[in-house]
Amino acid sequence: MAELEDPTQHASVRDRSMPTKTERLWPYLLLGIALGIVFTRSGVVSWFRIQEMFRFQSFHMYGIIGSAVAVGAISVQLIRRFGVRSVTNRPMEMPTESFTAPGKQYWLGGSVFGLGWGLLGACPGPIYVLLGNGVTVMPAAFLSALAGAWVYGALRHRLPHS
Amino acid sequence: MTDFLTGPWPWYIAGPLIGLSVPIVFLYSGRKWGISSTFRDVCAATFPGGSEYFQYSWRDRGAWRLTMAIGLVIGGFLAGLTTTDGQPISAATQADLGALGILSVDGLVPSEIFSWSGLTTVPGFVMIIVGGFLVGFGTRYAGGCTSGHAISGLSLLRVTSLVAVVGFFAGGLLSTHVILPLLLGGGF
Repeated sequence: MAELEDPTQHASVRDRSMPTKTERLWPYLLLGIALGIVFTRSGVVSWFRIQEMFRFQSFHMYGIIGSAVAVGAISVQLIRRFGVRSVTNRPMEMPTESFTAPGKQYWLGGSVFGLGWGLLGACPGPIYVLLGNGVTVMPAAFLSALAGAWVYGALRHRLPHS
Repeated sequence: MTDFLTGPWPWYIAGPLIGLSVPIVFLYSGRKWGISSTFRDVCAATFPGGSEYFQYSWRDRGAWRLTMAIGLVIGGFLAGLTTTDGQPISAATQADLGALGILSVDGLVPSEIFSWSGLTTVPGFVMIIVGGFLVGFGTRYAGGCTSGHAISGLSLLRVTSLVAVVGFFAGGLLSTHVILPLLLGGGF
């Protein structure tokens, strides 16, 4: 197995030439910019595309979400299989147990979000992208979303979970 | 080439690129990719109130995704400078929306509703303000949105995320097929 030879020899060479990096913020800025462009070009931020999806009248959004999950799932399997470490040496935030009985918050909260998604036509990522796209009323939707998050925080202990 | 840069991108280009966010963030910092937690971070940073839900180190846990959110705004701005073509929306959807009084599918949102004058109407208020509120409340209640649950969560094969995604669609179908027709066709 590669694991037997890797940590002692190759990794020590790699450690000397490439010390563990400190986490920086600029890579996340670049990732956000790239995603903002992809979200806009592909219509993920389009209210009409979301309507098409919820009316089952186009494969477009299902293709996007499905292929994104496929790429994500294969990547996660490879990272797990080869025990890859992050370049900043932070631990992988991947759950170890394979099954958790879903609490009520998942379908209740999920349905509430879905109601909002169908009306606004934008989930959280696209809300930010549409702010930049110059949809002038989006700041109102964003502030309202913050208010929704705040009210959830205030009512949390009274809502059913688990 | 110019068409590719300014025109609509097909799903098989956009989807894999979006999916790469999951390994990119894992490989860089081991963090789980997701966007809606930024709403919690902003509340914690600006107006935490008394709730223990907002008492955490938002800088340690949220600075990365807040920075990504700023990037999303910038990326949207950059793309908006050059986007000329609308999305090719299916004829069936155009017909359905036309029956609800939304006659144009140009741009990214129905411009007559998503405007300051539209905001003062009942449909505009419900779609933008109530819709935004439910997005913020629901994603925090469910613990994730399309990125955190549908893409990251399903990539990790989480049953909890699958339940959340079924909820997303249940709510979205109700909005699309019941609430929107009442709002837009109901003479408000």
